[in-house]
Amino acid sequence: MERWAQLDWIDLVETSLAGLGTGSLMALTGVAFVVIYKATRVINLAIGEMMMIGAFVFYGFAAGFQLPFWLALPLTLLVSAVVGGVIERTMIRPLLKDNPVSVFMVTIGLTSILIGMVELIWTAEPRRLPEFLPQAPIFIGEALVPAKTGYSFLIAAAGIAVMLLVFAFWRGGVALRATATDRAAASSVGINVPGVFAFSWMVAAMVAALAGVLVGSVGGISSSMGLFGLSVFVVVIVGGLDSIVGALIAGLFIGWLEAMVGRLFGGEFKLLATFSILLLVLVVRPYGLFGTHEIERL
Amino acid sequence: MKIGTAKQSYGADEAIFKTDTQRVWFAILLAILVLYPFIASGYWMFLAVLVMINIISTTGLNILTGYTGQVSLGHAAFMALGAYTVAFLDGRHDTPVLLNLVAAGSMAAAIGVLVGLPSLRIKGLYLAIATLAAAVILGFVFLNWTSVTGGIRGLNVPTAKIFGFELATAETLYWLVMPITVLAVLLARNLFRTRVGRAFIAIRDRDISAEIIGISLLQYKLTSFALSSFYAGVAGGLWAYLFRVVRPESFPAEASIFYLAAVIVGGAGTIIGGIFGATFMTLVPELLKLSAQLVTPWWPDASIYIAPIRLIVFGLLIVGFLIFEPMGLAEIWRRIRRFFALWPFRT
Amino acid sequence: MRKEDTTARPVAARLEVENLSLQFGGVKALDGVSLDVAPGSITALIGPNGAGKTSAFNAISGFYKPKTGTVRLDGVDITAVPARSRAKLGLARTFQNIALFRGMTVLDNIKLGRHAHLKSNVLDALFYYGRARREEMQLREEIERDVIDFLELDHIRNVPVAILPYGLQKKVELARALAMRPRILMLDEPVAGMNREETEDMARAILDVRDEWGVTVLLVEHDMGMVMDISDHICVLNFGRRIAAGTPAEVRSNEDVIRAYLGSAAEAPRVEAA
Ligand SMILES: Nc1ncnc2c1ncn2[C@@H]1O[C@H](COP(=O)(O)OP(=O)(O)OP(=O)(O)O)[C@@H](O)[C@H]1O
Ligand SMILES: [Mg+2]
Repeated sequence: MERWAQLDWIDLVETSLAGLGTGSLMALTGVAFVVIYKATRVINLAIGEMMMIGAFVFYGFAAGFQLPFWLALPLTLLVSAVVGGVIERTMIRPLLKDNPVSVFMVTIGLTSILIGMVELIWTAEPRRLPEFLPQAPIFIGEALVPAKTGYSFLIAAAGIAVMLLVFAFWRGGVALRATATDRAAASSVGINVPGVFAFSWMVAAMVAALAGVLVGSVGGISSSMGLFGLSVFVVVIVGGLDSIVGALIAGLFIGWLEAMVGRLFGGEFKLLATFSILLLVLVVRPYGLFGTHEIERL
Repeated sequence: MKIGTAKQSYGADEAIFKTDTQRVWFAILLAILVLYPFIASGYWMFLAVLVMINIISTTGLNILTGYTGQVSLGHAAFMALGAYTVAFLDGRHDTPVLLNLVAAGSMAAAIGVLVGLPSLRIKGLYLAIATLAAAVILGFVFLNWTSVTGGIRGLNVPTAKIFGFELATAETLYWLVMPITVLAVLLARNLFRTRVGRAFIAIRDRDISAEIIGISLLQYKLTSFALSSFYAGVAGGLWAYLFRVVRPESFPAEASIFYLAAVIVGGAGTIIGGIFGATFMTLVPELLKLSAQLVTPWWPDASIYIAPIRLIVFGLLIVGFLIFEPMGLAEIWRRIRRFFALWPFRT
Repeated sequence: MRKEDTTARPVAARLEVENLSLQFGGVKALDGVSLDVAPGSITALIGPNGAGKTSAFNAISGFYKPKTGTVRLDGVDITAVPARSRAKLGLARTFQNIALFRGMTVLDNIKLGRHAHLKSNVLDALFYYGRARREEMQLREEIERDVIDFLELDHIRNVPVAILPYGLQKKVELARALAMRPRILMLDEPVAGMNREETEDMARAILDVRDEWGVTVLLVEHDMGMVMDISDHICVLNFGRRIAAGTPAEVRSNEDVIRAYLGSAAEAPRVEAA
C-alpha cells in the first residue's frame, strides 16, 4: 500500500508519541468521568460535552474578551466548576434515589442541551483557539513532536498529578474516596455525602474543561468535539469505570492505538479500531482491566 | 373508579379492551384514521405519515428501553439499516414492497441480535455504549461500502408500488403506513399480555428474581433487542419510501436521542406512551419551524436558531420529564381521564 | 375441593447439601456446611447475623458458585445447573430483601412465577393466538384458584406491588414462589419485620403450604418462637460452620448454640412455651 511506502521507524515513533499525546487527553477526560462515577455511581454520558463547553468558555474569555491565557484558564475552570455544580444540583440529585437508568438518560438529555447551547451562542462553525502554547517543536532523539502535542501532554500530566495528590492528601479528596468506598459508613462518620456529590461534579467539570482547552488547542473546537467523548467511554470501560489508574493506562493505550491505526490504515478507521477493542473487552472482561468486580448482594 | 364493571370472567379481564367504552373509543379512533385522508392534504398528510413512522420506531424502542430496561443509543442506526435494505432491494432488484419491509425488519433484527450478544455479560448501562459503538460502526459501513450503499451520495428509492398502485405521495403512502402502524401497535400490546412481555418487564425491574423464576436473561434480552430492531427496521423502510433517498446523514446520532426522548416524554413502558411520545416529538420541531416563521418579520435571523433550539428543547424535555413526570404523557392522560370519569362528583 | 385439579401436585423433594464452602475475599461465608432436608419436612436454618444463612441459600439456588461442595435434589447433583434452570426442577425461593418486580401488579408478579412452565414463544405472543391465548387463560384460572384464593390476596390482585405494605409484599413473594409449583420452597426470613398477627398468619400459611401442597420447606428465620413452633428439624450455623442440628428440643438445649447466640448480641433461642 502506498500509505506504507515511506514508513520508517522514526515515523512510527513520531506517530506513537503523537498518539500518547492524544491519549494523555483521553486519560485526563477519563479521570473526570471516573471521579463522578466513583463518588455518585452515575455514568455520565455527557463527559465529552462538558469538555466541549469548557473549551468554548475558554474561547469566550481568550478570544471574545481577549484575556491573556493565565487569566482565561482560571476563569474557565471557575465557570466550569459552577456549571458542574449546577448540573449536579438541578438534574442529577433529584434522581439519585431513582434507578440508575433514569440518571443515565438525564445525562443523555444533558448532551443535547449542552450542544444546543454552544451552537446557539457560538454557532456550529469550527473555530480555532488563540495560540497560547510555545511554538517550537520538541525533539525526542530524532523524533519530532509538535509543540502543541508535547505541551498539552505535559499539562495533562500535571493535571492528573494534581488530581492524584488531591485524592491522596486533601480532606475533600479523602472524603470523596470514603464516600466511594461506602456511602453509609461515610455518612455515619460525619462526611457530608450530598456535598461530596456536588464536589465530585465540580471537580470533574474542571478537569473536563482543562482537557477541552487542551484538545481544542491541538485540533480546534466545534460543537461536535464532544465526539471525543466516545473514545473516552472506551477508555473508562477498558480501564474499569471506577479506576483512575485504569483510565490513565487505557487512555494512553487507546490514544496510541488510534494514532497507529490512523497512520497505517487512514483516519476513518480510528473509531472502528477503538470500538473493536471495546467489544472485545466487554466480552472478555466486562468490568475492565482494573475495575472492581463486585458480587451483587442479594 | 367506575362502578358496575365487575369482570364477568377472567377471559374478559385478560382482554385488550376490558370495557365497552374502550371498545367504542378504539372504533372511533380507527374511523378517524380512515377518514383523515379525506379531510387533510399536502403537508398534513406528510406529517401524519411521519408521525406514524415515528410511532412504529418509538414503540420498538419502548419495547427495549421502556419495558426491558435496556438503553439503546443506536436506535436510529437500525432504522438506517432498514432504510438502506429497502433502497437496495427495491432499487436494484425491484422486489415487492411488503417483502422489502419484512427484509428491512429482519436485517435490523439480525444485526440487533449481534450487537445484543454481549449484553448478558455487560449489565445495564454498558449496553448503551455497545449500541453507540454499533451505530458508529454502521455509520462507517454506510459511508464506505460504496458499491452497496452508494457511499456519501446514498441511494435513491423508487416509489412504492403495491397491487399495481404507485404510492408516490404522502396521500397514497398513508394507506400503506397506517395499517402497518395499527398492526405494529396492536402486536406490541399483545406481547405484554403474555409470558414473553412479562419476562421483559421482569428483567427491567429485577433481573435477579427474573433468573430465579427461570427466565433466561440472555434469551429474553436478545428477543427484546431483535423485536425492537425489527420495528426500527420497518420504520426505516417506510421512511425510505417517504423521503425517497437514503444517505449516511439521514439518521444522525441526534435521531437516536429523538426516539429516546419520545419514549421518555410519552411514558416508558406503556404502549399508549409510545404513541403520545412519537406524536409529540414529531410535532415539536414543526412547531419550532412555525414559530420561527411567525417571528421572521421582526427577527429575520430566527430560522438559523431553530437547529440549536431544537436540541435544547429535546434535552430539556428528556430531563424535565424524567424529573417531574417520569411516567410521561401517558400518566397525564390517565389523570385527565380519571378527572372526567369522576366529574362532576370528584372530591 | 381445592386439591382436585387437572395438574397433579408436585411431590416433595429431598435436598442434600454436602461440604459447601464459599468465600468473599477474606470472609469465609460458608465453611464445609452439610445439610439434609427430608422430603415434606419443614427445616429451619438459623444462626446469628452474618452466620452465612443467606449465602447458603444463594449457593443452593445457584447465584453464587460455591468453592467446594455439592447440592443434590432427589439424589441428582445440580451443583453445575445454572440458577435459571433450577426453577423448572422445582426449586423456589424468596429473598431476605424482597425482590419483587416493583413496576408490576400483584397478579403479574404471581403469573411470572409460572414462567418456566409455559411454552408460548414470541410469535404466539405477538398474535395472542392459539397457544398463547390458551396458556394465558389457563394460567389465570389456576393462579386465581391455587394461589390468590389460598393466600387471600384477591383484594389486591391489581395493585402495583410497590405501594403495598411490607408484610403483604412478603406474602406476594411467597405467592410468586408458590406459582412456580415448587417441590422445595426456600424462605429467607419470611416474617422479618412483621407484627405478631402477621407472623402467625404467615406461619399458618407455611404449614398449610406444606400440608396441602406437599412441598418441602427450608426456612431461614430469626423469630425463634416461630422456628421452634413449626419446624421439624433445625440446623444452626455460626461463622459459616454448622454447629448443631436436630429437633427443636435438641437444638434448644445445645451448649454450642446457646454460646453462639450469647456471644453475639442477637436474641438467643429463648425457651418460649408456645
Ligand atoms: N456479596 C457479598 N460480598 C461480600 N461479602 C458478602 C457478600 N454476601 C455476604 N457476604 C458476607 O458473608 C457473610 C455471611 O453473610 P450472610 O448474608 O450469608 O449472613 P446471614 O446469616 O444471612 O445474616 P443475616 O441474619 O444478617 O441475614 C457476612 O460476613 C457477609 O458480610
Ligand atoms: Mg441473611
